[in-house]
Amino acid sequence: MRRLFLGLLCSWLVLAAIHATVAADVVEHRLENGLTVLVLPDARAPVVTNQVWYRVGSMDEHSGITGISHMLEHMMFKGSEQYPPGEFSRIVASLGGQENAFTGRDYTGYFQVVGREHWEAVMAMEAERMHGLKLSEEEFLPERRVVVEERRLRTEDRPNSLLQEQFYATAFFNQPYGHPIIGWMTDIDAYTVEDLRAWYEAWYAPNNAVVVVVGDVDPEAVIAAAERYYGHIPARELPVRKPRAETPQRGKRLTTLRVPAELPYLVMGWKTPVLVTLDDPSDAYALIVAAGMLDSGEAARFARELVRGRELANSTSARYSPFSRLDSLFTVAAVPTGDTGMETLEQALLDEIERLRDEPIDASELQRVQARVIAQEIFRRDSIRSQAFELGMLQTVGLGWEVADEYVDRIREVTAEDVQRVIGEYLVPERRTVGILNPLPIGGDA
Amino acid sequence: MKALHTAIRARFEGSSMRFWFMLLLVIAAVGLAPATQAVDIESWETDQGMRVLFAPAPTLPMLDVRLTFDAGAARDGDRNGLARLTSNALAHGTADMDADAVAERFEAVGAQFSTTSARDMGIVTLRTLTEPDWMAEAIGALTKILAAPAFPEDDLARERRQMLQALQRERQEPGSVASRRFYQLMYGEHPYGNAPSGSEDTIPTLTRAEVESFFRQYYTAGNAVLSMTGAISRAEAEALAERIARALPEGGRAPALPSVPALDGPITERIAFPSEQAHIFLGAPALRRDDADYYALTVGNHALGGGGFTSRLFREVRTARGLAYSVYSSVQPMAVEGPFLIGMQTGTDQIDEALQVLREELERLYGEGVDPDELEASQANITGGFPLRLASNSDIVQNLGMMGFYDLPLDFLAAHNDRIGAVSGEEVHEVIRRRIDPAVLVTVVVGGE
Repeated sequence: MRRLFLGLLCSWLVLAAIHATVAADVVEHRLENGLTVLVLPDARAPVVTNQVWYRVGSMDEHSGITGISHMLEHMMFKGSEQYPPGEFSRIVASLGGQENAFTGRDYTGYFQVVGREHWEAVMAMEAERMHGLKLSEEEFLPERRVVVEERRLRTEDRPNSLLQEQFYATAFFNQPYGHPIIGWMTDIDAYTVEDLRAWYEAWYAPNNAVVVVVGDVDPEAVIAAAERYYGHIPARELPVRKPRAETPQRGKRLTTLRVPAELPYLVMGWKTPVLVTLDDPSDAYALIVAAGMLDSGEAARFARELVRGRELANSTSARYSPFSRLDSLFTVAAVPTGDTGMETLEQALLDEIERLRDEPIDASELQRVQARVIAQEIFRRDSIRSQAFELGMLQTVGLGWEVADEYVDRIREVTAEDVQRVIGEYLVPERRTVGILNPLPIGGDA
Repeated sequence: MKALHTAIRARFEGSSMRFWFMLLLVIAAVGLAPATQAVDIESWETDQGMRVLFAPAPTLPMLDVRLTFDAGAARDGDRNGLARLTSNALAHGTADMDADAVAERFEAVGAQFSTTSARDMGIVTLRTLTEPDWMAEAIGALTKILAAPAFPEDDLARERRQMLQALQRERQEPGSVASRRFYQLMYGEHPYGNAPSGSEDTIPTLTRAEVESFFRQYYTAGNAVLSMTGAISRAEAEALAERIARALPEGGRAPALPSVPALDGPITERIAFPSEQAHIFLGAPALRRDDADYYALTVGNHALGGGGFTSRLFREVRTARGLAYSVYSSVQPMAVEGPFLIGMQTGTDQIDEALQVLREELERLYGEGVDPDELEASQANITGGFPLRLASNSDIVQNLGMMGFYDLPLDFLAAHNDRIGAVSGEEVHEVIRRRIDPAVLVTVVVGGE
C-alpha cells in the first residue's frame, strides 16, 4: 500500500501539470460589439466544434411564457434572411457535419462539429442567424406541436421527471429555477410568433453571446473570421435583469406525486450557494467533494452502505454543481428496494449525511474522491465537445473560462474539515425540500 | 435535435442519441473527406486465441481497454437474463477482493471500470490514466477479476433483485414496453428474442452455478476481442494483452447463431397504456454485419430516417406536420439478421395519422428508391463525417471492438468511404426491395386506449 501512496503523491503533481498546460492554451478575444470569442486548439483529430452560447435561458423567463427560450431554440432552425427553412441543416449535412442545440436554465447554445476545413462555413451561418432570423406563422405552428410532443416525451410520461419538475417548483417560490426549462404545458400552448420575436430581439445580441471554437484550428484565423462574420452586428441594450433572489425558506417543504408508476422515488434538496454568489469559493468546492463522498462511483458511501450494505436503496445519487447564475440545490435522490418504506429510506440517507458531518473522515477516502474528480477532468479532454461545453458554460454563467484552470487545484485543496463544515452549514432542515413519488397502479382499476 | 436540459448527459437523449448511435455504425474514410487521418490499427492474436486490435494514441495520458465477448443475451438459452447477471456480477469481485474492494481499487486511482451486455455482446471496459502506478493498480484489479470472479451468493441475490426492479422500471415507460414487445414479435423463439434485461419468470431462478458456468463457457480468451487505444507502446500493449489472455478461462469461440427465419406475414399489436403519447415501432429482421448489402442499405436508410434533420421522415413527420419530437429509422446489423426499424412517439390522438405517414414513406422508398440528389447528399454526409466518428479515443476503441467482434477486415475503416461512394441509386433501390418489405413488418403501438 505504501508504494501506491507514493504513486498517488507523484501523480497529483503530474496530473495538475497536464491539466494546466491544456487549459492555458485557451485564447480569448473580445470584439468591439461585446462578443466574447474563446478558442482552444486541439489537433488530435482533424475536427472542429463551433459553438455559440447566448446568456439567456429559462431563468430569464417570467410566468406565462415559461419555456420560450427553448421554443426559440427550435425556431432558430426555421430559416433566416439568407437561408430558407431547412437550408442551414442541409448545408451542415452536406459538409458531413453534425449539429444540435441545447437550452438550460442559464443559457441557450448552438453547435456544429465539422471537419477542420469547414469551420468557417458554419461560423458564417451561425453569425447570420444571430441577427437575421425570420419567424413565420407557417413554420411556427407545426414546431409548437413538436415542442408539445417533446414535453410529453420528456416529462408527462416519465414519472421521475414529473417528480423532479414538481420538486423544483416546490423548492423555489419566486426564484426562476422553480419553473421547468421546457415550460409548463399551458404556456407552450399559448406562445405566439410575437412572443418569440420579442425574445429574440431582446436577447440575441453579440454583447450577450460567447463563441467557442475547439479543435484543429489556428486561433488567429478563428479570431479574424469572428471579426469578419460577427464584427458588423451591432451591440444592443439588454433588458434589465431583476434580482429575483429566493425568498428565505423557513422550514422543510414537502411535495408528493401520485401517478401511474411501478417504482417509488425520493428526491431531497438543500438550498446552496454557488460560485458566483459566494465571496469565498472554497465552500463550493467542498460541497462538490461532499457530494462525491456520498455518491460518486461504486465505492462512495451511498452505494457501499445503502445499496450494497443495508440494501435499502436500489439506486442513489448526490449532486451539486456550483456553475449556475443563481443559488441552486444540493440534491440527493434514491429508489428504495422493494420492502423499504420511504421514511426508512429518507432517514437512512440523512443518517449517512450526518455521519459524514460528525465522524472522522479517512484520508484515503478523501483522496479517492479527489482522484476521481481529477481523472475525469483529464478524460474530458478526450472530447472536443466536452471541452468546448466546459468553456462556454463557465463563460456564460459569468465565472469566466479560467475557472476550468483552477478546478483541479481547488478540489485538491479541500480538506475533511471543509467537507464537514459545509454540510453543517448548508445541509440543514430549514433549507430542505423533499419530493416523493407514490405510484398508482398502471392498470388503473387495481 | 434541440433542447437539452442543462446536463451534458442530456444532450445525448432522445432523437439525437439515436442519431449518434447510427453514425457510430457508419464509419468511413477518404472519399469526399480530404486529409483523413486514418486510424493506425495494429492487430494480432495471442497464444490463447484472443484477438487484439490496438491503436496508439499518445497525446493524452490515458488508456482505454475494451473486452468484447460473444456472451450476450443470444447465449441465454432458456435462462433469459443469465448473460446480464453474469456481466453485472463481475463487479462483485474475487475471493479476496469483494465488491467494496473492487470499487475502491479502481476509484482510488481514478479509473473507470464497467461491464455491460446486449444481445450479441458482453462487454468489459476499463479507462485509466497512464501514470504508471495508477495504471498498474487498475490493470491489476481488472486481471484479478477476469481470472477468478467469485460470484458470492449474497451479491447475486441483490443483483437479481436489482434486475427485477429494472424490469419494473421498463414497465412504467411506454417506450421500453414497446421496444421489448417489438423484439419479441420480430424474433420469437430465435435467440435474439431474449431481452438483454431478462424476464420476470427466469431471473429469480438463475443460480450461482449457472453464472459460473456461463462465465467459464463464454468469457474465454478464444471468445474475446480485446481493443485498446491510448498512450502506451506496442510492446506495452502486447504485454497487457498477454496478461489479460492468460487471466481469462481457456476456450474457443462460441458456435455461430442460427439464421433468423423470415416473418410469415405482418404482425400488428396495440397495447393500452396510461400515457399521453403512444410509442410506435415498425420493422423487421434485415441484415447481418458481414453482409455486402450493408453499404447500400446504410445509404438508403440515411435518406429515409437515419440522416437526422435532413431525412425524409424528419421532414414529413416532424417539420411538416409537427407529429413528433423524435422520429428516425435505423439499420442495426448484428451477428445474424439485426433489425431495420422505424421509431417515433406521438400524442395518442394522432396514432393513425402517424402510422399512415410512416407507411407511406416506407412504401415510397420501396416503390421509387432514392432520387439522385438525395443519394448524393446522403453519401456526402456519411463520407464527409468520417473524421468526426473517430475523433476521440472512446470512438476509436468502440470501433475497433466492433470490427474485431464481427470479423470485419482491418481495412474496414479505410475502405468504407469508397464503398459508400460507390453505391448507385439502382443498387440502393434493389437492396431495399430485397431487404425490407413494407407489407411484412412488425408494428407495435403502446399508449392510449
